[in-house]
Formats: sequence, C-alpha cells, structure tokens
Amino acid sequence: MGRYIARRLLQAIPMLFLLSIALFLLVNLAPGGPLAGHGRTRRPNPEKAEQLKRQFGLDQPLAVQYVVWLVGNDWMNVDADGDGIKESKGTRRGILRGDFGFSFKTRKPVIEEVGERLGNTVYLMTVTLIIVAIIAIPVGIISAIKQYSFFDISVTTLSFMGQAIPEFWLGMILILVFYVWLKNPITGESLLPPGGMKSMQPGFDLWDRIQHLILPVTMGAVGWVAWYSRFLRSGMLDIIHQDYIRTARAKGLSERLVMSRHALKNALIPLVTILALDIPYIFAGSIYVELMFSWPGMGRLYYQAATGRDYPVLMAILIFASMFTVIANLLADIAYGYLDPRIRYE
Amino acid sequence: MSPSPVELHDTAEALWEDQQRAHETMFTMVWKRFRRHPGAIAGLIVLSIIILGVVLAPLSPYDPEASDIRNRFQPPSLQHPFGTDALGRDLLTRCLYGGRVSLMVGFLVVLITLAVGIPVGAVAGFMGGWIDNVLMRITDAALSMPALMVLILLSAILREVEMPFFERNNVLTIAMVIGALSWMTVARLVRASFLTIKELDFITAARCVGTSRLRIMGRHILPNAIGPIIVEATLEMGWAIMEEAGLSFLGFGIQPPTPSWGNLLESAWEHMVKYPWLAIFPGLMIFFTIISINYIGDGLRDAFDPHKVLQRIGEV
Repeated sequence: MGRYIARRLLQAIPMLFLLSIALFLLVNLAPGGPLAGHGRTRRPNPEKAEQLKRQFGLDQPLAVQYVVWLVGNDWMNVDADGDGIKESKGTRRGILRGDFGFSFKTRKPVIEEVGERLGNTVYLMTVTLIIVAIIAIPVGIISAIKQYSFFDISVTTLSFMGQAIPEFWLGMILILVFYVWLKNPITGESLLPPGGMKSMQPGFDLWDRIQHLILPVTMGAVGWVAWYSRFLRSGMLDIIHQDYIRTARAKGLSERLVMSRHALKNALIPLVTILALDIPYIFAGSIYVELMFSWPGMGRLYYQAATGRDYPVLMAILIFASMFTVIANLLADIAYGYLDPRIRYE
Repeated sequence: MSPSPVELHDTAEALWEDQQRAHETMFTMVWKRFRRHPGAIAGLIVLSIIILGVVLAPLSPYDPEASDIRNRFQPPSLQHPFGTDALGRDLLTRCLYGGRVSLMVGFLVVLITLAVGIPVGAVAGFMGGWIDNVLMRITDAALSMPALMVLILLSAILREVEMPFFERNNVLTIAMVIGALSWMTVARLVRASFLTIKELDFITAARCVGTSRLRIMGRHILPNAIGPIIVEATLEMGWAIMEEAGLSFLGFGIQPPTPSWGNLLESAWEHMVKYPWLAIFPGLMIFFTIISINYIGDGLRDAFDPHKVLQRIGEV
C-alpha cells in the first residue's frame, strides 16, 4: 500500500506540471494579454503600457514567464522600473516557494486574497456536505429496503427532479419564496436573509448564522442529495441480492441486523469513493451559490477574477483546484483499497 | 430440489422469447423494452413537445429581438402566455428561440463528445501498450482540470475574440468549449468495452481471416459496445444544456440579444423581485428539458441493460 501511494504521488507530479503549463498557456494566450483589462477607463498611454509590461516581465518570452511564475526571479536580473535596463535581482519567489504574486486589482499578495476566502468556502461546503449526508444516506437506504413502496417511488421521482433543477435557478426561486414572498408573521420582515454570511451587528449570534446558511445550503444540497440517494439506493439494491445477504438471513439473523451489519457497510464503500471524487465538483459549484448569496468565498473571487482579468488570482485558484482534484482522486483510490480488502494494488 | 412446474414454465417461456428475439434487430428489442418504461415514454413526449415548439418558433407573431417599450413587464396573459420582459419582448417567443440555442448547444456537445471520445477510447482499448498509456494519461489530465472554472476561463477569453465561425461566443464556440471538457467519460467507457470485447472469440476469428484493424474496431467491436455509449450520450446532452445555461447565466456564455435559457435567467435576475415570471418560465423550460432527457436516458439504460459493462468501468 505504501509503495502504491508513493507511485501514485510520483505520477501526480508530472501531471500537475502538465496541467500548470496548459493552464498558464490558456491564461496568457488570451487576446490582449494579462494587461488587456488594465486602465480601461483611463486614456491608453502606449509608453506607460510598455513600461508596465516590462515591470511585470510580460515582455519576456512565455517560457521565461512560466519559469518565473514557477520558481521566481530572484536569481536573475529584471527590469524593475521598466526603463529597459535589467538592473537588479527580482523579488518573485515562484509558486513552488509559495509566492503566487500580487493581484492586479487589489495589489495584495494573491495568497492573502485566496486565504481570506478559502475558509468561508470550506465553512459553507462543510455544512452543505453534512446536510447532504444526513439526508441522502438514510433516504437512499430506506428507499432500497422498501423497494417499490410509496416512499421509494416518491424518493425516486423527487431525485429525478432534484437532478434536473439548475442550481442557480433553484437559488432564484429560493430567494423569491423565502425572501420576497414569505414574511415572518411576528415582525413582518422577510423570512430569511437574501445573502451574506451574517448580519451587520457585531458579535457572534448562532441563530443569525444559521438563518444565513439555510438558503445557500439548500441551494447547494438539493442536487447532491438527489444524486447520492439514487446512488446509494442502486448500490444497496445490488447488495441486497448478493449471496452473503441470503446466508446472513439463512442463519437466522434479524432483518435489522442483516441490513445494518452486512448490507449497509458494504453499500457505503462506493459512496466514500464517489464522495472523494465529487468534492472538487462540489467546491466548483460554490461559484453559483456564492454569487447569488453574496458569500465572500473562493467561487466569487474566481468569478470576479475572470471578469476583471486578474490573472495571478485566476492562476492561483486554478492550480489549487487542480491539485485538489488530483489529491481527491488519490484519496478515493486509497480509501477504496482500505475499505474493500478484495481490492489490492500492486 | 428440482425446479417447480412454475419455474420450468418460466424458463421455457424465457427461452422461447429469446428465440423470437434472435430474429429481431437490436433496436427493435431495445424499443420494446424502452416502451415499458413509463418515465421514459413521458420524457419522450415532453421532449418532443419542447422540440416541436422550438422548431415552430418562427410561427410566433412576435419578434424575439425587437423591443416594444410600451408593453414592457406585462404579466402572463392570453396575448403573452409567459408575459413580457424589460424591453417588452414576448417571453414565450424568446424562450422558444432560446430553446433553439440551448438544444443546439446540447446536440453539438454530444456530437463533439462522440467524435472525440469514441476514437480515443477505441484506439486506447484496442491497441493497448504505450498508445493506451499516453491516451489515458491525457484523459486523466483532462479529468483533473477543474471543469467549471476552466469553462468560465475559456469562455471569458473567447468572449473577446472575433474569429470567423467563432465570433463572440456563438453556439459553435460554446459547444466546442463544453465539448472539449466532456469527452473523457465516453472515452473511458469505450475503452473499457473494447478491452473486454477484443478478447472474445469472434474477434480472434475476424483477425484470423485477415480483417483490417480499422474494420474490426468499427464493424465488429463498436456495434457491440453501442448501448452504454448511447445512454451516456443522452445524459451528456442534459449536462451540456445545464452547463450552457450556467455559463450564460454568469454572463460568459451566449451573449444577448441572442436569447438562450441561461441568459434569459441572467437578465431576469435584476427584475426578479418585481416581475417573478421572468425568472420562473425560462427555468421551467430547462427543468422540463433536462428531466425528460434524464428519464429517456434511464429508460435506455434499462433497455440496453449495460449493467455488466457499467460494473466493469467501476473497476477500471
């Protein structure tokens, strides 16, 4: 197992390099280049633009730019004041040493920008995932055990509907219903807030936090609950018809014990794998949730960076997301091998 | 214990049915099983109605793009069943024209997915060795890309580009962008089928009589692997429509004034509180289209019964 993990990690490194090159080219081949969005409001000044280009090192060939982005430029002379003479050593340390450069927009280090928002996204997504698990697991299991019952048929229909609702449209409908239409009968205010993480007043108020979570979490959870409950249902149905379940019943175990001890455990194995594979998608989906509910997270930052052509921020988030995906894939395989002893990697 | 008469009868019945089936083509068989799936038939009917409406959109008395300021924000009525938008345009007409765009994107993405996914998967599975290795590593890398983020990036870049055929995020551009990030599942699926089928005796027989590799792949293996591919392609269409709607909703997809279901929702966003019908109807169009496609996909899956193939893919 240790050797398998080591080999997979070694394979992941060249892949991440390839991905980083592809993403770097994509971002930098955009027409107009990274400075296209710069000073759009002011009158263009070609001389100033040239100077800026030299200062950012954008006059260099793409290969050099990539190397600088990767390992920094403190080992080579750069043109810091943009006058055309390379006079001093650079200050960039490169992403391999944790320097993702500065945001074009806020001039703050990218790592700070991302760091501020990462926590908010993780907070929202963790709550969403917990809610998804709490609902989807029992629903999927019961639906399989009571196949073709009224409950099962309603769940199957609802999960088809849940998977067909566009996430952002669900958000719109939720805002319409719970912010615009439904009012709190006592205060006459809107039932739930339309966005943000908390109200303006200072201090920590748990109920206020929960109120702000309900709509974004619902919006993020519906599709996943639908998908996981269907996934678990079909996995559980497969297992219920296996020979060892018949054996367990034949030796006189109670139905409850057969289901909880023998069937459920095995049904959860593929769920762990698929969950690890889905986590990157769940995080990517946060773009819609965060935009609609003005949630100050990574998704919204990415959207703002894409509209504002803030390339250092874009690159940083893309690289983080790719690493996250590769690691999630690896975790899925490891978890699978660990939970299911029939699977052995050589 | 010997089989009961009822069981014997059932077995004989099944054998007899099998024999009858031997005279049918695969597609009549599939259609017979598909017909028994009520959800799939309902989906087929709803989707046909939507497609019919979209095709007949030019019969509408209203222009989808010309504004009529005096009639802005009319609530749903007999003249305007879905109401009118901020520029007084009939929302039903715009939904139907938007459906042309959205369905066309979905259809093109499926074509691209198949055109890339089938050859990649077929060659990888059939040839094996280093070719397989290279192709599958590329597939893995493409799967490791954060899809939605790369979609946003690509379409944000292409939004500014003026090229012949690809100007300003038209249907073709968006379909290419979405297609570029969705062929991988089909490639893996096809590879898995090819890996198993190429070991079967009839393929050895075909090799022995000197059939060319291309012909073996296309004529002997592919038809036997077609079931899961068709199911996947159907579901892919739903995904693609959803992705296009999402991109357009964010403002990176199809650009106004060309309507698509996604950008109709985007323009509804700011007026939603006062004029909710603007947000409700385009969303319902997406919802009904995708749920129909998913039910059709489910029916096809049952009809083709690719259960074993799908299980194999889980292990790849």
